[in-house]
Amino acid sequence: MTTHDTRPGSTGGADVPGPLYGGPDDDYTPEQLAAMNRIELDRLGARYDGVEILHVDPGPEPGSVLEKRAIRQVGLVWSLAGLFAFLFVVVYVGSGWFLPDWQWDITEGGWSALFTPLLGLFMGLSLLLVGYGLVLFTKKLLPHETAVQDKHDGSHFDRVTAGATLVGGYHNSGLGRRKLIVRSLALMGGGVGLMLIMPLGGLIKNPNKGNPLGTTSWAAGVRLVRDDGTPIRPGDQEPGSLETVFPAVPGGNRQADAATMLIRLRPEQVAVLEPRERYEGFEYGEYVAYSKICTHAGCPVSLYEQETSRILCPCHQSQFDVTQGAKPVFGPATRALPQLPLDVDDEGFFVARSDYIEAVGPTYWNRERI
Amino acid sequence: MARTATAPGAPTTKLGKAALEVDERMIVAPWLRRTMNKVYPDHWSFLLGEIALYAFLILLLSGTYLTFFFDASMREVVYDGSYAPLRGVEMSAAYDSALQLSFDVRGGLFMRQLHHWAALLFVAAIVVHLLRIFFTGAFRKPRETNWLIGVVLLVLALLEGVTGYSLPDDLLSGTGLRIISAILLSIPVIGTWAHFAVFNGDFVGEQIIGRFYIVHVLLIPAILLVLIGLHLLILVKQKHTQFPGAGRTEHNVVGNRLFPTFAAKATGLIFVVFGVCAALGGLVQINPVWLWGPYNPAQVSAASQPDWYIFFLDGSTRIFPPWDINLPGNYTIPALFWPTVVIAGLMFTALALYPFIERKLTKDTASHHLLQRPRDVPVRTSLGAMALTFYIWLMVAGANDVVADKFDISLNAMTWVGRIGVIILPPIAYVVTYRICLGLQQHDREVLEHGIETGVIRRLPSGEFIEVHQPLGPVDEHGHGQLAYGGAPVPKRMNHVGGARRAIRGFFTPIEEPSQVELEQRAEGRGLATGEPDRELTSSGRPADGGRPSEGGRPQEPRD
Repeated sequence: MTTHDTRPGSTGGADVPGPLYGGPDDDYTPEQLAAMNRIELDRLGARYDGVEILHVDPGPEPGSVLEKRAIRQVGLVWSLAGLFAFLFVVVYVGSGWFLPDWQWDITEGGWSALFTPLLGLFMGLSLLLVGYGLVLFTKKLLPHETAVQDKHDGSHFDRVTAGATLVGGYHNSGLGRRKLIVRSLALMGGGVGLMLIMPLGGLIKNPNKGNPLGTTSWAAGVRLVRDDGTPIRPGDQEPGSLETVFPAVPGGNRQADAATMLIRLRPEQVAVLEPRERYEGFEYGEYVAYSKICTHAGCPVSLYEQETSRILCPCHQSQFDVTQGAKPVFGPATRALPQLPLDVDDEGFFVARSDYIEAVGPTYWNRERI
Repeated sequence: MARTATAPGAPTTKLGKAALEVDERMIVAPWLRRTMNKVYPDHWSFLLGEIALYAFLILLLSGTYLTFFFDASMREVVYDGSYAPLRGVEMSAAYDSALQLSFDVRGGLFMRQLHHWAALLFVAAIVVHLLRIFFTGAFRKPRETNWLIGVVLLVLALLEGVTGYSLPDDLLSGTGLRIISAILLSIPVIGTWAHFAVFNGDFVGEQIIGRFYIVHVLLIPAILLVLIGLHLLILVKQKHTQFPGAGRTEHNVVGNRLFPTFAAKATGLIFVVFGVCAALGGLVQINPVWLWGPYNPAQVSAASQPDWYIFFLDGSTRIFPPWDINLPGNYTIPALFWPTVVIAGLMFTALALYPFIERKLTKDTASHHLLQRPRDVPVRTSLGAMALTFYIWLMVAGANDVVADKFDISLNAMTWVGRIGVIILPPIAYVVTYRICLGLQQHDREVLEHGIETGVIRRLPSGEFIEVHQPLGPVDEHGHGQLAYGGAPVPKRMNHVGGARRAIRGFFTPIEEPSQVELEQRAEGRGLATGEPDRELTSSGRPADGGRPSEGGRPQEPRD
């Protein structure tokens, strides 16, 4: 509270602006400004902003051939832009009204095949011409000026004065001396910060509970079925062929880790068949079954070349040899595809003897421990 | 003091009065004048960042449109839309709505493709803009902060692209999602926890599309918007860099004022970018999801590839050798971890830290507002070329199956080409770029010293033929130019120094009098003919006997 409060009504002082009021208005009276022409005013304002106009290349002479031609060009370009915009509207609105229907039809031809390209063509042309017209206008009809603006790397005065205010605030708060305040602030900040991110804990789920990564729906006696749910007998497949099979459980053909390749080997492949350790006897006659989920990045390994006994993953080109227990023989995969132990039930259909004995799919940190 | 109608300078027109009414309330005049007066340097390479900005605008607009129709749910539905081949097929609601958008929304396919093209352009423009900043040294003090923000923007743009790519839940995007899942799993120690946090359980679960959706349409765009705003604010605050040239210093910016020239050009560019995206969106098919079919974990098609900006990670994954690291206690660091998380992490960390590394090594702590020509900083340019070669080679490796297929090359051979190339090509690129930089530097100095080759061959009385050189400035008594190299392009042809008069305007017929132009040009001292009367053609500027020193010629006193 000051003793000389000049606000109206307090001590009867007049309502006048303070000593810092005014700025450039103090330097230039309205009369002075009114005496200047538009260009002078423009330059004056620019100078206030640290800008100097070095050079002006005036636009074309009014009424000259050059100007008329430029105007014609810009006008033509913008008219065309408008025309194409209208054509876009016509195609968009008119299809299915006075133009043929735009919707997809089985022939994959006709108007429905043209609808989207026409929309793109007309909107693209229209907008490109709007932009082109603007550039033409700027280049051909506007005066070209070269301006130079000062650049400052900051002022010493500003730094010193701002610093004084900041340090003053810090000094007044006494945080340098009042250690308890600082420590409690740190505790408070840490606590409140932790508290606010805690609800994110709702996202955390224990991946080791129930071993979801290491198990699939396969189990002893679960039939191997095709995508349409039909079971498979030995002899259904030609030698050298591959079929993708799923466990005969509800939704088995949509499970991400259960897809399995049932392969009937050719006699010469059977002769060289060499199961991996722990996997002896998992085959059934000429049949072997491997997980279809690549051990590298989890894509389904789909391409089987029976002449070379190789299965190729199309994502990263890992190759597995089906006669060697689906060991990786080339590419980035490090582990063999897990093998499913096969058997045939009383009715003569393929079943699994158990789940996979190792985790299917990509490798992870503690995979070997589960 | 309130102005009265009779005060000098008071507005008399309706528009002027309205403007006064606005300014009396908002006080916008000082800000408006400062903004309109701001000078922008004029160079085509400064438009690259703008293209990214405008592509982002298009993405916001078209993306908002798409959200009106897209249903980010993994609920199983049976398709019953107008695309006959998929009718009756079970699929997720997300894929179903992507199909509805493509076939049953008028213009929906156009908007979807426009969005996809704009996304590709967005990332491409960011990358090219980044290269421009890098190779011209625009990241140096005081612009390190904006460099860091730029790198974060690039990473966010990639994440935004990946999440968007995964949304339609078609076979291709599902395969991509499967690989993302495997990459998460491959992280040592926390991999499975991270996977379960993101996917809410084992792959694929029922949450991931919904989660990616909110990340794609809200989280990342919001961060992008804030960071782009900050990027531009800092840019305006620090003012533009500029290439060295006449009158350009560390303490000024030479160019056009915002209003009207730069504003008109920038607006033109917005429309051009928008037009290009619209034309691509309508005319060039992209990601026809109805051909891929719904995602099925047991299916995949050959040549499954991500969008272009993820190619490099796909490539590194393809060529990385099968090296699992087995640790005691039966723990494993999967091979997949290195070419994805580690490579990407290292690349972006190196990128982000580059300004600080260069600052440390060169001990250059000064502020710089003048750009450098790449040739003048051969080490940086060569490092950049090396990194670029590495990146592009990984991209090529990301398409190795397509190359193998189209050119009938063994796939395994292509993998080995990728593996060997990624090790030996970057150093080669470094050396070659370094030599090119030095060569260009030398040529600049040579022209400054000896002048431009005019193509005029003279025969001396002794019978020797020499080529006349045009000095660029005053010469010393040996005929050598005295201009120093200033970091700006050196004219290399006679036309660059006004050796020919300008072309007569007009397309089919001249619209100005040729003789008039000739006179005007002579008045300005342009053109070969103007100098002809007082030109004394001598052999001065001819540097050496038997060619230039660089060609093995012997330096010799020029004869006058």
